[in-house]
Amino acid sequence: MKEYRVKVEVKLKPVVLDPQGKSILSALRNLGFGEVEDARIGKLIELTIKDGSAGDVEERVTEMCRKLLSNPVIENFDVKVEEKNV
Amino acid sequence: MYRFAVIVFPGSNCDHDCYHAVKHVLGEGCEFVWHEEEDLSRFDAVIVPGGFSYGDYLRTGAIASLSPVMKAVADFASNGGPVIGICNGFQILVEAGLLPGALIRNSSLKFVCKWVDIRVERNDTPFTYNLEVGDVLRIPVAHGEGNYFTTDEGLKALKDESRVVFRYVTPDGEASPEANPNGSLDNIAGICSEEGNVLGLMPHPERCAEELLGGEDGRLIFESIISWLDAGRDKRQRAEILAMKADA
Repeated sequence: MKEYRVKVEVKLKPVVLDPQGKSILSALRNLGFGEVEDARIGKLIELTIKDGSAGDVEERVTEMCRKLLSNPVIENFDVKVEEKNV
Repeated sequence: MYRFAVIVFPGSNCDHDCYHAVKHVLGEGCEFVWHEEEDLSRFDAVIVPGGFSYGDYLRTGAIASLSPVMKAVADFASNGGPVIGICNGFQILVEAGLLPGALIRNSSLKFVCKWVDIRVERNDTPFTYNLEVGDVLRIPVAHGEGNYFTTDEGLKALKDESRVVFRYVTPDGEASPEANPNGSLDNIAGICSEEGNVLGLMPHPERCAEELLGGEDGRLIFESIISWLDAGRDKRQRAEILAMKADA
């Protein structure tokens, strides 16, 4: 049987202001890391899918992102599927 | 007496305040409705209250928007029933797709809990029925994610369709950046659906519906719903009388 490890990265769209990212940016600069140009915060969601028979895993997870894991008004997402034989 | 529903999700915490305002201050009928219920047809108005449904996990309102009761709220709204989402209730309506846009982290990164002034932008909705355009209401806000956001096209559509119902303003009624508590686009405090019968707003009218709580402006919003229901009932009665006369 195959097992799938899926990483879903959810990021605020570039046009959406990210005040948390801004705070981190200024904290990094205060620490002396003046080379940092920008900082943005996102989310990483890891899914384990043991049975891929419900359909193409990437397509299914993309649907999950559209329906729940991301908000298309403010966020973009990226899906990475890793396949393992168990 | 009208029947109001107050939807209760795990983590709702303004449900009792809404119930108190409707039942004890206004003297109307009110029932708590657990989020697993699927029928709201016995009600005249629906309140989606504030709080931290599902601990704000994933995104504010995201999990609650998938509750069984939200299908019933959507049906109730599509039949023209008045639905008001307050604070987390607004966030839930937005996540459920009943209102456009999103509510993101306050630009200050701080939870804001204070009195704000909001200006009435239209008075043909059930929630502003007794008010005048330009009236300024003083109502408290309490939220960490009340920063209204939408795309440029989305904002243009909202303005073109006059769907902004309330804007944050100075006590004099000016929509300035200083009057904006959370960074909301265009000082938006509340918006409504295309038909006007679904309202979402961040300020808490239930927290200022009686003098004891330091203000009564919130009551004007609840009273408007009642006047609007009265007007609809009168209209239905007139239509029935006319129909009876026509039959005779």
